[in-house]
Amino acid sequence: MLSQRAAQQALRRLAVQRPAYRYIVPAAVTSSNALVSQRRLAATANLSEAQATDEILAKQRLSRPVSPHLSIYRPQITWYGSILNRITGSILSGGFYMFGALYLVAPYLGWHLETAVLAAAFAKWPLVVKFPLKAIVAWFFTYHSFNGVRHLMWDMASMISNKQVNQTGWAVVGLSTVAAVGLALL
Amino acid sequence: MALRLASRRLALKPMPYAFSRSMATTVGNTKEPLGAISEATSSSSPPLSPKHTTTIKEPSPDPESKIKTFHIYRWNPDEPSSKPKMQSYTLDLNKTGPMILDALIRIKNEVDPTLTFRRSCREGICGSCAMNIDGVNTLACLCRIPTDAGKETRIYPLPHTYVVKDLVPDLTQFYKQYKSIKPYLQRDTPPPDGREYRQSKSDRRKLDGLYECILCACCSTSCPSYWWNSEEYLGPAVLLQSYRWIADSRDEKTEQRKDALNNSMALYRCHTILNCSRTCPKGLNPALAIAEIKKSLAFQ
Repeated sequence: MLSQRAAQQALRRLAVQRPAYRYIVPAAVTSSNALVSQRRLAATANLSEAQATDEILAKQRLSRPVSPHLSIYRPQITWYGSILNRITGSILSGGFYMFGALYLVAPYLGWHLETAVLAAAFAKWPLVVKFPLKAIVAWFFTYHSFNGVRHLMWDMASMISNKQVNQTGWAVVGLSTVAAVGLALL
Repeated sequence: MALRLASRRLALKPMPYAFSRSMATTVGNTKEPLGAISEATSSSSPPLSPKHTTTIKEPSPDPESKIKTFHIYRWNPDEPSSKPKMQSYTLDLNKTGPMILDALIRIKNEVDPTLTFRRSCREGICGSCAMNIDGVNTLACLCRIPTDAGKETRIYPLPHTYVVKDLVPDLTQFYKQYKSIKPYLQRDTPPPDGREYRQSKSDRRKLDGLYECILCACCSTSCPSYWWNSEEYLGPAVLLQSYRWIADSRDEKTEQRKDALNNSMALYRCHTILNCSRTCPKGLNPALAIAEIKKSLAFQ
Protein backbone atom coordinates (compact mmCIF):
# COMPACT_ATOMS: atom_id res chain seq x y z
CA MET A 1 0.00 0.00 0.00
CA LEU A 2 2.63 2.46 1.14
CA SER A 3 5.01 1.52 -1.62
CA GLN A 4 2.24 1.88 -4.16
CA ARG A 5 1.48 5.37 -2.99
CA ALA A 6 5.14 6.28 -3.12
CA ALA A 7 5.33 5.07 -6.68
CA GLN A 8 2.22 7.05 -7.57
CA GLN A 9 3.62 10.23 -6.10
CA ALA A 10 6.85 9.72 -7.96
CA LEU A 11 4.91 9.35 -11.16
CA ARG A 12 2.96 12.50 -10.49
CA ARG A 13 6.13 14.41 -9.84
CA LEU A 14 7.47 13.09 -13.10
CA ALA A 15 4.37 14.27 -14.86
CA VAL A 16 4.68 17.76 -13.45
CA GLN A 17 8.27 18.33 -14.58
CA ARG A 18 8.19 19.79 -18.04
CA PRO A 19 10.64 17.65 -19.95
CA ALA A 20 8.94 14.59 -18.54
CA TYR A 21 5.95 15.03 -20.84
CA ARG A 22 7.79 12.88 -23.29
CA TYR A 23 7.47 9.91 -20.99
CA ILE A 24 3.72 10.27 -20.84
CA VAL A 25 3.16 10.51 -24.55
CA PRO A 26 2.73 7.04 -26.08
CA ALA A 27 5.31 5.88 -28.52
CA ALA A 28 3.00 5.94 -31.48
CA VAL A 29 2.29 9.64 -31.06
CA THR A 30 5.90 10.77 -31.00
CA SER A 31 6.52 10.45 -34.71
CA SER A 32 5.27 13.52 -36.53
CA ASN A 33 3.44 11.46 -39.13
CA ALA A 34 1.27 9.80 -36.51
CA LEU A 35 0.51 13.14 -34.89
CA VAL A 36 -1.21 14.35 -38.02
CA SER A 37 -3.24 11.20 -38.50
CA GLN A 38 -4.51 11.21 -34.93
CA ARG A 39 -5.70 14.78 -34.86
CA ARG A 40 -9.43 14.92 -34.38
CA LEU A 41 -11.10 17.23 -36.81
CA ALA A 42 -14.53 17.40 -35.16
CA ALA A 43 -15.85 20.94 -35.05
CA THR A 44 -17.23 22.03 -31.70
CA ALA A 45 -19.11 25.15 -30.75
CA ASN A 46 -20.29 26.51 -27.44
CA LEU A 47 -24.04 26.74 -27.00
CA SER A 48 -25.94 28.82 -24.54
CA GLU A 49 -28.62 26.98 -22.62
CA ALA A 50 -31.40 28.84 -24.42
CA GLN A 51 -29.94 27.88 -27.76
CA ALA A 52 -29.53 24.29 -26.75
CA THR A 53 -33.02 23.91 -25.35
CA ASP A 54 -35.10 26.12 -27.61
CA GLU A 55 -33.55 26.77 -30.99
CA ILE A 56 -32.30 23.26 -31.62
CA LEU A 57 -35.51 21.79 -30.21
CA ALA A 58 -37.64 23.99 -32.46
CA LYS A 59 -35.55 23.02 -35.46
CA GLN A 60 -35.83 19.32 -34.63
CA ARG A 61 -39.56 19.56 -34.15
CA LEU A 62 -40.00 20.84 -37.66
CA SER A 63 -38.88 17.53 -39.07
CA ARG A 64 -40.21 15.19 -36.39
CA PRO A 65 -43.65 13.63 -36.73
CA VAL A 66 -46.13 13.78 -33.86
CA SER A 67 -46.99 10.31 -32.69
CA PRO A 68 -50.62 9.17 -33.13
CA HIS A 69 -52.94 9.96 -30.23
CA LEU A 70 -56.76 10.20 -30.36
CA SER A 71 -57.12 7.60 -33.07
CA ILE A 72 -55.04 4.91 -31.37
CA TYR A 73 -55.79 5.37 -27.68
CA ARG A 74 -58.04 2.62 -26.37
CA PRO A 75 -61.65 3.71 -25.72
CA GLN A 76 -62.13 3.79 -21.96
CA ILE A 77 -64.92 4.95 -19.71
CA THR A 78 -62.58 7.64 -18.36
CA TRP A 79 -61.92 9.75 -21.42
CA TYR A 80 -64.99 8.75 -23.43
CA GLY A 81 -67.15 9.68 -20.45
CA SER A 82 -65.30 12.96 -20.14
CA ILE A 83 -65.69 13.96 -23.77
CA LEU A 84 -69.37 12.95 -23.66
CA ASN A 85 -69.79 15.26 -20.68
CA ARG A 86 -68.32 18.10 -22.69
CA ILE A 87 -70.31 17.35 -25.84
CA THR A 88 -73.61 17.05 -23.99
CA GLY A 89 -72.87 20.23 -22.07
CA SER A 90 -72.03 22.12 -25.24
CA ILE A 91 -75.18 20.94 -27.01
CA LEU A 92 -77.41 21.73 -24.03
CA SER A 93 -75.97 25.17 -23.36
CA GLY A 94 -75.66 25.95 -27.07
CA GLY A 95 -79.29 24.95 -27.62
CA PHE A 96 -80.37 26.95 -24.60
CA TYR A 97 -78.64 30.12 -25.78
CA MET A 98 -79.84 29.65 -29.33
CA PHE A 99 -83.42 29.15 -28.31
CA GLY A 100 -83.21 32.08 -25.90
CA ALA A 101 -81.87 34.36 -28.60
CA LEU A 102 -84.50 33.22 -31.08
CA TYR A 103 -87.21 33.71 -28.49
CA LEU A 104 -86.04 37.28 -27.99
CA VAL A 105 -86.07 38.19 -31.66
CA ALA A 106 -89.15 36.09 -32.53
CA PRO A 107 -91.71 38.91 -32.06
CA TYR A 108 -89.80 41.09 -34.52
CA LEU A 109 -89.61 38.33 -37.11
CA GLY A 110 -93.18 37.27 -36.64
CA TRP A 111 -92.24 33.77 -35.47
CA HIS A 112 -94.28 31.97 -32.85
CA LEU A 113 -92.02 30.23 -30.35
CA GLU A 114 -94.44 30.26 -27.43
CA THR A 115 -94.68 27.07 -25.39
CA ALA A 116 -98.25 26.31 -26.41
CA VAL A 117 -97.47 26.67 -30.12
CA LEU A 118 -94.34 24.50 -29.89
CA ALA A 119 -96.15 21.82 -27.87
CA ALA A 120 -98.97 21.69 -30.37
CA ALA A 121 -96.55 21.42 -33.30
CA PHE A 122 -94.54 18.69 -31.54
CA ALA A 123 -97.70 16.71 -30.71
CA LYS A 124 -98.47 16.37 -34.42
CA TRP A 125 -95.26 14.38 -35.09
CA PRO A 126 -95.43 10.58 -35.29
CA LEU A 127 -94.38 8.64 -32.19
CA VAL A 128 -91.34 7.02 -33.87
CA VAL A 129 -89.83 10.49 -34.29
CA LYS A 130 -91.11 11.99 -31.08
CA PHE A 131 -89.89 9.35 -28.67
CA PRO A 132 -86.26 9.00 -29.87
CA LEU A 133 -85.86 12.76 -30.12
CA LYS A 134 -87.16 13.29 -26.63
CA ALA A 135 -85.03 10.43 -25.31
CA ILE A 136 -81.84 11.81 -26.89
CA VAL A 137 -82.34 15.33 -25.60
CA ALA A 138 -83.33 13.95 -22.21
CA TRP A 139 -80.21 11.76 -22.18
CA PHE A 140 -77.97 14.76 -22.87
CA PHE A 141 -79.52 16.41 -19.86
CA THR A 142 -79.49 13.42 -17.51
CA TYR A 143 -75.97 12.33 -18.44
CA HIS A 144 -74.56 15.80 -17.99
CA SER A 145 -76.37 16.22 -14.67
CA PHE A 146 -75.35 12.90 -13.15
CA ASN A 147 -71.79 13.25 -14.41
CA GLY A 148 -71.71 16.71 -12.87
CA VAL A 149 -72.29 15.09 -9.49
CA ARG A 150 -69.23 12.92 -10.09
CA HIS A 151 -67.19 16.01 -10.85
CA LEU A 152 -68.34 17.62 -7.62
CA MET A 153 -67.23 14.53 -5.70
CA TRP A 154 -63.86 14.52 -7.42
CA ASP A 155 -63.37 18.16 -6.54
CA MET A 156 -63.62 17.06 -2.92
CA ALA A 157 -60.86 14.54 -3.71
CA SER A 158 -63.11 11.58 -3.03
CA MET A 159 -64.33 8.64 -5.17
CA ILE A 160 -61.28 9.04 -7.34
CA SER A 161 -59.67 5.58 -7.20
CA ASN A 162 -59.57 3.57 -10.43
CA LYS A 163 -62.21 1.13 -9.27
CA GLN A 164 -64.61 3.82 -8.06
CA VAL A 165 -64.17 5.87 -11.23
CA ASN A 166 -64.97 2.82 -13.34
CA GLN A 167 -68.02 1.91 -11.27
CA THR A 168 -69.46 5.41 -11.04
CA GLY A 169 -68.77 5.99 -14.73
CA TRP A 170 -70.85 3.03 -15.84
CA ALA A 171 -73.42 3.75 -13.13
CA VAL A 172 -73.91 7.22 -14.57
CA VAL A 173 -74.30 5.81 -18.09
CA GLY A 174 -76.93 3.32 -16.89
CA LEU A 175 -78.74 5.73 -14.61
CA SER A 176 -78.90 8.50 -17.20
CA THR A 177 -80.23 6.10 -19.83
CA VAL A 178 -82.98 4.84 -17.53
CA ALA A 179 -83.83 8.39 -16.49
CA ALA A 180 -83.85 9.58 -20.11
CA VAL A 181 -86.25 6.84 -21.16
CA GLY A 182 -88.40 7.71 -18.16
CA LEU A 183 -88.42 11.38 -19.11
CA ALA A 184 -89.19 10.56 -22.73
CA LEU A 185 -92.18 8.50 -21.66
CA LEU A 186 -93.69 11.41 -19.72
CA MET B 1 7.40 -0.06 -14.48
CA ALA B 2 11.07 0.30 -15.30
CA LEU B 3 10.57 -1.71 -18.42
CA ARG B 4 7.76 0.53 -19.63
CA LEU B 5 9.71 3.69 -19.06
CA ALA B 6 12.65 2.19 -20.85
CA SER B 7 10.57 1.31 -23.84
CA ARG B 8 9.26 4.83 -24.04
CA ARG B 9 12.72 6.26 -23.84
CA LEU B 10 13.62 4.06 -26.76
CA ALA B 11 10.65 5.31 -28.67
CA LEU B 12 11.91 8.86 -28.54
CA LYS B 13 14.64 8.15 -31.03
CA PRO B 14 13.70 8.73 -34.64
CA MET B 15 12.80 5.41 -36.15
CA PRO B 16 12.58 4.07 -39.67
CA TYR B 17 9.25 4.79 -41.31
CA ALA B 18 8.08 1.22 -41.26
CA PHE B 19 8.15 1.17 -37.46
CA SER B 20 6.59 4.53 -36.89
CA ARG B 21 3.39 4.00 -38.83
CA SER B 22 0.29 5.28 -37.17
CA MET B 23 -2.55 3.15 -35.93
CA ALA B 24 -4.60 0.82 -38.07
CA THR B 25 -2.68 0.98 -41.28
CA THR B 26 -1.65 -2.07 -43.23
CA VAL B 27 1.58 -2.56 -45.03
CA GLY B 28 0.88 -3.12 -48.69
CA ASN B 29 0.83 -6.84 -49.42
CA THR B 30 -0.62 -7.88 -52.73
CA LYS B 31 0.56 -11.45 -52.66
CA GLU B 32 -1.92 -14.29 -52.41
CA PRO B 33 -2.34 -15.50 -48.86
CA LEU B 34 -0.17 -18.49 -48.23
CA GLY B 35 -3.22 -20.69 -47.58
CA ALA B 36 -4.72 -20.07 -51.02
CA ILE B 37 -1.51 -20.94 -52.78
CA SER B 38 -1.01 -24.12 -50.88
CA GLU B 39 -4.63 -25.07 -51.41
CA ALA B 40 -4.24 -24.65 -55.15
CA THR B 41 -1.02 -26.56 -55.42
CA SER B 42 -1.47 -29.31 -52.89
CA SER B 43 -2.62 -32.68 -54.10
CA SER B 44 -5.03 -33.34 -51.25
CA SER B 45 -8.19 -35.25 -52.06
CA PRO B 46 -10.93 -32.95 -53.46
CA PRO B 47 -14.20 -32.60 -51.47
CA LEU B 48 -17.07 -34.91 -52.30
CA SER B 49 -19.47 -33.49 -54.86
CA PRO B 50 -22.81 -32.27 -53.42
CA LYS B 51 -24.54 -34.82 -55.60
CA HIS B 52 -23.31 -37.57 -53.31
CA THR B 53 -24.20 -35.95 -50.00
CA THR B 54 -27.46 -35.58 -48.17
CA THR B 55 -29.24 -32.26 -47.77
CA ILE B 56 -29.89 -30.88 -44.31
CA LYS B 57 -33.19 -29.10 -44.48
CA GLU B 58 -34.23 -26.09 -42.49
CA PRO B 59 -36.10 -27.35 -39.43
CA SER B 60 -39.75 -27.73 -40.28
CA PRO B 61 -42.04 -25.22 -38.53
CA ASP B 62 -42.95 -26.39 -35.07
CA PRO B 63 -46.63 -27.44 -35.03
CA GLU B 64 -46.74 -26.25 -31.41
CA SER B 65 -45.55 -22.76 -32.31
CA LYS B 66 -47.68 -19.78 -31.34
CA ILE B 67 -47.08 -17.18 -33.97
CA LYS B 68 -48.16 -13.71 -32.96
CA THR B 69 -48.04 -10.60 -35.07
CA PHE B 70 -46.72 -7.30 -33.74
CA HIS B 71 -47.38 -4.07 -35.61
CA ILE B 72 -44.78 -1.52 -34.59
CA TYR B 73 -44.62 2.19 -35.38
CA ARG B 74 -41.51 3.04 -37.38
CA TRP B 75 -40.06 6.37 -38.40
CA ASN B 76 -36.49 6.99 -39.38
CA PRO B 77 -35.04 10.50 -38.94
CA ASP B 78 -32.48 9.75 -41.62
CA GLU B 79 -35.33 9.82 -44.12
CA PRO B 80 -37.28 12.78 -42.79
CA SER B 81 -39.46 13.11 -45.85
CA SER B 82 -40.84 9.58 -45.59
CA LYS B 83 -43.98 9.08 -43.57
CA PRO B 84 -44.15 7.02 -40.39
CA LYS B 85 -45.29 3.48 -41.04
CA MET B 86 -46.50 0.42 -39.18
CA GLN B 87 -44.09 -2.46 -39.60
CA SER B 88 -45.35 -5.98 -38.90
CA TYR B 89 -43.27 -8.67 -37.26
CA THR B 90 -44.19 -12.24 -36.41
CA LEU B 91 -42.71 -14.02 -33.44
CA ASP B 92 -43.12 -17.51 -32.02
CA LEU B 93 -44.32 -16.85 -28.49
CA ASN B 94 -42.82 -20.16 -27.32
CA LYS B 95 -39.38 -18.80 -28.03
CA THR B 96 -40.09 -15.34 -26.62
CA GLY B 97 -40.05 -14.11 -23.05
CA PRO B 98 -43.33 -13.23 -21.37
CA MET B 99 -43.16 -9.44 -21.64
CA ILE B 100 -43.57 -7.03 -24.53
CA LEU B 101 -40.03 -5.81 -23.90
CA ASP B 102 -38.77 -9.37 -24.43
CA ALA B 103 -40.53 -9.43 -27.78
CA LEU B 104 -39.03 -6.07 -28.77
CA ILE B 105 -35.54 -7.14 -27.75
CA ARG B 106 -35.96 -10.42 -29.63
CA ILE B 107 -37.05 -8.55 -32.75
CA LYS B 108 -34.07 -6.26 -32.44
CA ASN B 109 -31.64 -9.12 -31.82
CA GLU B 110 -32.88 -11.63 -34.32
CA VAL B 111 -35.06 -9.98 -36.94
CA ASP B 112 -34.50 -6.27 -37.41
CA PRO B 113 -31.56 -4.54 -35.68
CA THR B 114 -32.77 -1.14 -36.88
CA LEU B 115 -35.78 -1.18 -34.54
CA THR B 116 -35.17 1.55 -31.98
CA PHE B 117 -36.59 1.84 -28.48
CA ARG B 118 -35.43 2.90 -25.02
CA ARG B 119 -34.99 0.29 -22.33
CA SER B 120 -32.81 -0.12 -19.33
CA CYS B 121 -33.79 -1.91 -16.15
CA ARG B 122 -36.39 -4.38 -17.54
CA GLU B 123 -38.18 -4.35 -14.17
CA GLY B 124 -40.26 -1.20 -14.12
CA ILE B 125 -37.98 1.01 -12.09
CA CYS B 126 -36.32 3.20 -14.71
CA GLY B 127 -39.31 4.19 -16.83
CA SER B 128 -37.36 4.11 -20.08
CA CYS B 129 -39.55 1.68 -22.01
CA ALA B 130 -42.78 3.66 -21.69
CA MET B 131 -44.83 3.26 -24.87
CA ASN B 132 -48.35 2.80 -26.11
CA ILE B 133 -49.16 -0.91 -26.25
CA ASP B 134 -52.54 -1.97 -27.62
CA GLY B 135 -53.82 1.55 -27.13
CA VAL B 136 -52.75 2.00 -23.52
CA ASN B 137 -49.63 3.69 -22.25
CA THR B 138 -47.54 1.40 -20.11
CA LEU B 139 -44.03 0.12 -19.55
CA ALA B 140 -43.08 -2.58 -22.05
CA CYS B 141 -41.18 -4.42 -19.33
CA LEU B 142 -44.25 -4.67 -17.08
CA CYS B 143 -46.73 -5.50 -19.85
CA ARG B 144 -47.35 -9.16 -20.56
CA ILE B 145 -47.71 -10.24 -24.16
CA PRO B 146 -51.38 -11.19 -24.55
CA THR B 147 -51.14 -14.95 -24.94
CA ASP B 148 -53.99 -15.01 -27.44
CA ALA B 149 -51.86 -15.52 -30.54
CA GLY B 150 -54.75 -14.73 -32.85
CA LYS B 151 -54.91 -11.16 -31.62
CA GLU B 152 -52.40 -8.77 -33.09
CA THR B 153 -50.52 -6.36 -30.88
CA ARG B 154 -49.95 -2.77 -31.90
CA ILE B 155 -47.13 -0.74 -30.40
CA TYR B 156 -46.80 3.03 -30.77
CA PRO B 157 -44.60 5.61 -29.12
CA LEU B 158 -46.14 7.66 -26.31
CA PRO B 159 -49.12 9.52 -27.84
CA HIS B 160 -48.82 13.10 -29.08
CA THR B 161 -45.08 13.36 -28.59
CA TYR B 162 -42.48 14.34 -31.13
CA VAL B 163 -40.87 11.15 -32.37
CA VAL B 164 -37.08 11.00 -32.31
CA LYS B 165 -36.99 7.58 -33.94
CA ASP B 166 -39.36 4.59 -33.98
CA LEU B 167 -40.57 4.18 -30.39
CA VAL B 168 -38.34 6.88 -28.91
CA PRO B 169 -40.26 10.06 -28.02
CA ASP B 170 -38.75 13.47 -27.39
CA LEU B 171 -39.37 14.19 -23.70
CA THR B 172 -37.47 17.48 -23.53
CA GLN B 173 -40.59 19.47 -22.77
CA PHE B 174 -41.62 16.98 -20.08
CA TYR B 175 -38.28 17.28 -18.32
CA LYS B 176 -38.30 21.06 -18.64
CA GLN B 177 -41.67 21.13 -16.93
CA TYR B 178 -40.37 18.84 -14.20
CA LYS B 179 -37.48 21.23 -13.66
CA SER B 180 -39.87 24.17 -13.47
CA ILE B 181 -41.60 22.89 -10.32
CA LYS B 182 -38.29 22.84 -8.41
CA PRO B 183 -38.38 19.18 -7.41
CA TYR B 184 -36.16 19.45 -4.38
CA LEU B 185 -36.47 20.34 -0.69
CA GLN B 186 -36.58 24.10 -0.18
CA ARG B 187 -35.88 25.27 3.36
CA ASP B 188 -34.31 28.25 5.02
CA THR B 189 -34.33 27.29 8.68
CA PRO B 190 -31.77 24.80 9.91
CA PRO B 191 -33.01 21.66 11.67
CA PRO B 192 -33.70 22.22 15.39
CA ASP B 193 -31.20 19.60 16.52
CA GLY B 194 -28.64 20.62 13.92
CA ARG B 195 -28.63 17.19 12.39
CA GLU B 196 -31.48 16.26 10.09
CA TYR B 197 -34.97 17.35 9.12
CA ARG B 198 -37.30 15.05 11.01
CA GLN B 199 -40.82 14.02 10.15
CA SER B 200 -43.59 12.39 12.11
CA LYS B 201 -44.74 9.02 10.88
CA SER B 202 -48.07 10.44 9.76
CA ASP B 203 -46.31 13.19 7.79
CA ARG B 204 -44.11 10.61 6.15
CA ARG B 205 -47.16 8.55 5.25
CA LYS B 206 -48.50 11.48 3.22
CA LEU B 207 -45.70 10.90 0.73
CA ASP B 208 -46.68 7.30 0.06
CA GLY B 209 -48.09 6.96 -3.42
CA LEU B 210 -46.19 10.07 -4.49
CA TYR B 211 -42.50 9.30 -4.08
CA GLU B 212 -42.78 6.06 -6.08
CA CYS B 213 -43.31 7.92 -9.35
CA ILE B 214 -40.57 7.09 -11.83
CA LEU B 215 -41.42 9.87 -14.32
CA CYS B 216 -42.02 7.48 -17.20
CA ALA B 217 -44.47 10.03 -18.73
CA CYS B 218 -47.14 7.36 -19.31
CA CYS B 219 -49.79 9.38 -17.48
CA SER B 220 -48.96 12.76 -18.97
CA THR B 221 -49.06 11.43 -22.51
CA SER B 222 -52.34 9.59 -21.85
CA CYS B 223 -54.06 12.85 -20.94
CA PRO B 224 -56.02 14.43 -23.83
CA SER B 225 -55.75 17.78 -22.09
CA TYR B 226 -51.97 17.43 -22.08
CA TRP B 227 -52.04 16.47 -25.76
CA TRP B 228 -53.60 19.80 -26.66
CA ASN B 229 -51.91 22.04 -24.08
CA SER B 230 -48.52 20.49 -23.36
CA GLU B 231 -46.76 23.84 -23.77
CA GLU B 232 -48.43 25.34 -20.71
CA TYR B 233 -50.32 22.62 -18.84
CA LEU B 234 -47.91 20.72 -16.61
CA GLY B 235 -49.56 17.33 -16.96
CA PRO B 236 -50.35 14.67 -14.36
CA ALA B 237 -46.81 13.38 -13.76
CA VAL B 238 -45.33 16.79 -13.04
CA LEU B 239 -48.35 17.83 -10.95
CA LEU B 240 -48.01 14.65 -8.90
CA GLN B 241 -44.38 15.53 -8.32
CA SER B 242 -45.40 19.06 -7.44
CA TYR B 243 -47.84 17.71 -4.87
CA ARG B 244 -45.11 15.45 -3.51
CA TRP B 245 -43.26 18.63 -2.44
CA ILE B 246 -46.38 20.52 -1.40
CA ALA B 247 -47.32 17.63 0.86
CA ASP B 248 -43.84 17.34 2.33
CA SER B 249 -43.90 18.60 5.93
CA ARG B 250 -40.21 19.54 5.75
CA ASP B 251 -40.59 21.87 2.79
CA GLU B 252 -41.01 25.57 3.68
CA LYS B 253 -41.91 26.95 0.25
CA THR B 254 -45.36 25.35 0.14
CA GLU B 255 -47.16 28.65 -0.50
CA GLN B 256 -44.80 29.66 -3.30
CA ARG B 257 -45.26 26.26 -4.89
CA LYS B 258 -49.04 26.65 -4.77
CA ASP B 259 -48.86 30.20 -6.13
CA ALA B 260 -46.85 28.97 -9.09
CA LEU B 261 -49.68 26.59 -9.95
CA ASN B 262 -52.50 29.06 -9.36
CA ASN B 263 -53.22 30.11 -12.94
CA SER B 264 -55.57 28.97 -15.64
CA MET B 265 -53.07 26.75 -17.46
CA ALA B 266 -50.49 25.05 -15.24
CA LEU B 267 -52.96 23.19 -13.04
CA TYR B 268 -56.52 23.94 -14.12
CA ARG B 269 -56.21 22.43 -17.59
CA CYS B 270 -56.88 19.21 -15.69
CA HIS B 271 -60.51 18.37 -16.46
CA THR B 272 -60.53 15.18 -14.35
CA ILE B 273 -60.50 12.96 -17.41
CA LEU B 274 -58.68 10.40 -15.23
CA ASN B 275 -56.80 8.58 -17.98
CA CYS B 276 -53.68 9.25 -15.92
CA SER B 277 -54.58 7.08 -12.94
CA ARG B 278 -56.04 4.46 -15.20
CA THR B 279 -52.81 4.05 -17.15
CA CYS B 280 -50.13 4.45 -14.45
CA PRO B 281 -47.94 1.32 -14.66
CA LYS B 282 -46.88 1.82 -11.06
CA GLY B 283 -50.46 1.92 -9.78
CA LEU B 284 -50.20 5.50 -8.51
CA ASN B 285 -53.01 8.03 -8.57
CA PRO B 286 -51.96 11.32 -10.18
CA ALA B 287 -55.62 12.36 -10.44
CA LEU B 288 -55.95 12.22 -6.67
CA ALA B 289 -52.79 14.28 -6.22
CA ILE B 290 -54.12 16.92 -8.62
CA ALA B 291 -57.49 16.91 -6.84
CA GLU B 292 -55.68 17.46 -3.54
CA ILE B 293 -53.78 20.43 -5.00
CA LYS B 294 -57.00 21.93 -6.34
CA LYS B 295 -58.69 21.38 -3.01
CA SER B 296 -55.86 22.98 -1.07
CA LEU B 297 -55.97 25.99 -3.42
CA ALA B 298 -59.75 26.29 -3.11
CA PHE B 299 -59.94 26.04 0.66
CA GLN B 300 -56.84 27.94 1.70
